[in-house]
Amino acid sequence: MLLEMKGITKRFPGVLANDGIDLEVEEGQVHTLLGENGAGKSTLMKILFGLYQQDEGEVLLRGKPLSIGSPSEAIDVGIGMVHQHFMLVPTLTVAENVALGLKSGRGALTDLDAVSKRINEISEAHGLSVDPSVEVWRMAVGERQRVEIIKALYRDATLLVLDEPTAVLTPQEVDDLFVILRRMTDEGRGLIFISHKLHEVMALSDEITVLRNGAVTGHTRPSETSREQLAEMMVGRSVKLVPDRPHVTAGEPRLVIKNLEVKGDRGTMAVEGLNLDVCGGEIVGIAGVSGNGQKELAEAVAGLRRAEGSSHIMLNDVDVAQLDTRKRRDLGLGYVSEERMTDGAIGEFSVSENLILVDHGSEKFTKGKFLDFKAIREQGETLVKKFAVKTPSIDTPVSSLSGGNIQKVILARELTAKPSVMVVAQPTRGVDIGSAEYIHSQLIAQRDVGTATLLISEDLDEVIGLSDRIAVMFEGEIVAIIPSEEAERDKIGLLMAGVFDS
Amino acid sequence: MKKLLGASIPLLAALVAFFFGAIMLVALGASPWEGLTSLASGAFGSGDRIAATLVKATPLILVGAGISIAFRTSVVNIGGEGQIVAGALLSTMVALAIPDVPRILLVPIVMVAGLVGGAIAGAIPGALKAYASVNEILSTIMLNIIMLQFMNFLLRGPLIDPLEVEAGTRIPQTARLSDNAALPTLVSGSRLHLGVVIALLAAVAAWAMLWRTPLGFRLRAVGHSPAAARSAGIKVERHITYALAISGSLGGLAGAILVFGSESQRMVTDGSTAGFTGSAGFNGIVTALFGGLHPLWTIPSAVLFGGLLTGATNLQRALQVPAALAVALNGIVVIFVVSSNRVRSRLEELLQARSEFKNSSGGDGPSADVDSLIEEVEHA
Repeated sequence: MLLEMKGITKRFPGVLANDGIDLEVEEGQVHTLLGENGAGKSTLMKILFGLYQQDEGEVLLRGKPLSIGSPSEAIDVGIGMVHQHFMLVPTLTVAENVALGLKSGRGALTDLDAVSKRINEISEAHGLSVDPSVEVWRMAVGERQRVEIIKALYRDATLLVLDEPTAVLTPQEVDDLFVILRRMTDEGRGLIFISHKLHEVMALSDEITVLRNGAVTGHTRPSETSREQLAEMMVGRSVKLVPDRPHVTAGEPRLVIKNLEVKGDRGTMAVEGLNLDVCGGEIVGIAGVSGNGQKELAEAVAGLRRAEGSSHIMLNDVDVAQLDTRKRRDLGLGYVSEERMTDGAIGEFSVSENLILVDHGSEKFTKGKFLDFKAIREQGETLVKKFAVKTPSIDTPVSSLSGGNIQKVILARELTAKPSVMVVAQPTRGVDIGSAEYIHSQLIAQRDVGTATLLISEDLDEVIGLSDRIAVMFEGEIVAIIPSEEAERDKIGLLMAGVFDS
Repeated sequence: MKKLLGASIPLLAALVAFFFGAIMLVALGASPWEGLTSLASGAFGSGDRIAATLVKATPLILVGAGISIAFRTSVVNIGGEGQIVAGALLSTMVALAIPDVPRILLVPIVMVAGLVGGAIAGAIPGALKAYASVNEILSTIMLNIIMLQFMNFLLRGPLIDPLEVEAGTRIPQTARLSDNAALPTLVSGSRLHLGVVIALLAAVAAWAMLWRTPLGFRLRAVGHSPAAARSAGIKVERHITYALAISGSLGGLAGAILVFGSESQRMVTDGSTAGFTGSAGFNGIVTALFGGLHPLWTIPSAVLFGGLLTGATNLQRALQVPAALAVALNGIVVIFVVSSNRVRSRLEELLQARSEFKNSSGGDGPSADVDSLIEEVEHA
C-alpha cells in the first residue's frame, strides 16, 4: 500500500472540514477523490502536504507513519502535486521553471543543460513532448500542465495529486492527459485525481472515494457504479444529469446570423462566413472543440468583438452587427460570458451590486439622479431567494462565493431582464452538480417562455441534453445542424473533429 | 470592524511617520517635543493660523477628491498641477473678459470656468488613454509641463498686465482682476474665504457621485473590471474619459479658487508650476491616498497636510531646522500610508475569511475560498 490516510479529522472554528476520512492509494492506481466544492477535498490534500495538521487520524506512506510540516518535506518523500492553477513563472523557460527551488549540481551557478537533458529524458519516457528551452508564456494551457507534471516527475514523485487537472483543458487535451497519466500508473506510481466531472472520473479511475460535507459518503469502482449514483453520493439527493425538456414549438427566428466574419486574438479569421438562425422557444447548442471560433462567435453576437463589415447579426429584425453592447441589450439581448469572473461579474462588488450591473441606470433602480438603494436591496433579496444563491448576505463581495453561486448571480441578472435572445457560454463550467442542475432547469424554463437561446459549451453532454438543435462548429463555420432527436454522440464527435464524410 | 480598520491604519501610519520625524529632529540636534508643539501651534495655534491651514487645505481637498474619483476608476491622475493651472487660466481669462458682471453672478461664473478648464485638461489624457491606449501617467505628467509653459507664455505675452509693459518691468502677471470675481471672506479680517466652503461641498458631491449615482456606479465598475463592465453594456472608453475629466475639473476649480481667493487677486508666475500651485496637484495625491481614496476622508486628511505645510514654517523659525523637514515628513507619511494599504487589505481579507467561517454551514459554501485565503495569509 502506497498511501493510507486513516480516520482523518480536521476542525475549523464552526466547521468540521474532515470527519474521519479514510483514503487508500495503491501503487499503479488512480484513486479519485470526488466531491463538490467545500466537501473537504482540499483540506484533506493540505493535510497530506503538511499545510495543515490533522486533529485526529494518521497518515502512512508505504506503511510508515508520515509526519511532515511543509510542502517541501512532502516533495522530499516523493509526494507531488499538480495544481489547478499552475505554479509557473511565465517569463522563464521550462528548464528554468523546473530548476526553480532545486539544488544545482554546480553550486551557486545554475546547471540548466543538465536539467534540460533530464527533462528531455522524462518527456520522452512519458510521451510529454515538451521543449525545455521554450518560455512558459508561449505555451498553450495543455502544454503548461505537462510542465507541471514534469516538475513533479523530475522530483521523483511516486504519489502524485492532480487537483482538477482537466478544468482548463479541451476534450482532446483531456484525452492526451489521460494517456500520460496511465503511463505513469503503469510505472507503479500512485495518483490521486481530484475532479467533479463524472464522465472523466468514470473513464480514468480505479477506485473512487466520494466526499460530502467533510465525510466519506461512498467508496466504489467505475464498474460497480454509474454517473447518476456518483452524483447522488456527491449531492446527497437524486440529481437529474439530463434535464427534462418538454416539447415546445419553435417560433419565429429572433437571432439571424448571416455571413459572420470575426477575427480572433491573433488577428486571423476565427469565424468565417457563419450562418445560423435561432428561433423563439428554442435552444441551439454549438458543439465544437474549443478554439474553433465559438468564443469569438459569442463575443461578436454580444458586441464585445468587432464583426467584419459584411457580417449581419439580426436581432428581432434589427441589424446589430455594428451596434454597441448597450444598444444590443436594450434590444433584448442577454449574455452569459464564458469567463464568469472577468467578464460576467465584478468580484469586488457585492451580490446586489452585481445583480444590477446591467440595469443600474433604469428607472426601477434610480430616484431622480440617485440610485435607489431600497429598490436595489429588494431586488437583491428577491433574486437571491428565487435563484437559491448561497451567500451570507446580499452585501457579500461576489468573489467570495463559489463558482456555482457566482454563475447563479449572473444568470439571475440576465434572466430577470426577460431577454428575447440569450447567448450563454459555458454555463456550468467549474460549477458544482447541484448548481448545474438548477442552471439547466432555468435555461429550459426560459426557453419555454419563448426566449431564443444560443448555447455554447465544451461539455458535449450538456449541449446534447439542452439543445433542440445542435450546430457543429469546425474552423469557424457551422458544418452541420442536427435536430436533437437525431443527435448521436459519436457522430457529433466525428463532425467536431472535422470528419464529414460517413 | 472593517470601518474601524480603515480609519485606524492611516492614523497609525501617521504616528509612525511622526516618530521618524522625531528621530530626524534629534539628528538635527533639536528637541522632538518642542518640534511637535511648534509644528502644532504653527498649524492650529491661533485663529489666523487655523485660517491659514484651512486655506492651504482647500486645494488639497479638491485635488484629493478628484484623485479619489480617478483612482476608483483605475485611472492614475498625476496631472493635478496642470489641471489647476488650466482652471486658473480659463477663469482668469473669463474674469478679464467680463469684469463688470455683478459679483453674485461673476463669482459662480469664474468658478465654473475653473471647472471647465480643469475638465478639458483632464479629458485630453483621458480620451488619449481610452481611445488610443496612451499611458495616462505619462500623458498627465507631460501635460503638466505643457500647461506650465502655456501659463508662462500667456502671462508674459497676451495676458500680461498692461501696466507692467508701460513701466517696462514686465513682471509676468495679469492685471488685477475684477473685484466682482473675488471670493468673499468668511470671517472679516481673516484670510478665510468662501473657497473652503466650495471645497467641502465639492468633496461631498464627489462622494455622492461615486457611491450614490448611476454614473459613480459605472465608474467604479470600470475601475474594478473593465471587461465585466463592458459586457454589462457600460461604455468603458467614455467612462475612463469622464473619470479624468471630472478629476481634472476639481483640480481646475482649485485653480480658480487659488486665483480668486488670493490677496493679490491676479495670476502671477515665477516660471514654475509649484510657484503658483504650491504643489497642491502632487500633495493632493498624498492627501487622497491618506484619505483611503475616499472623498470625505480627504477632508481631514487635507487639513492634516495643510497644517503640516503651515506648521513647518513655524517649526523652522522656532527650532532653526530646515523647512525641508516638513517635506521629508510628508514623504515618510506617503511611504507608510501606501504600504499600510497593503497591510489593510490583508487584514480585511483575514477578517472576511473569519466571518465567513462563522456563516458557512458546510456544503456548497465559500469554505474552499477560505481555505486558500488562510493558506495565503499563512504564507505571507
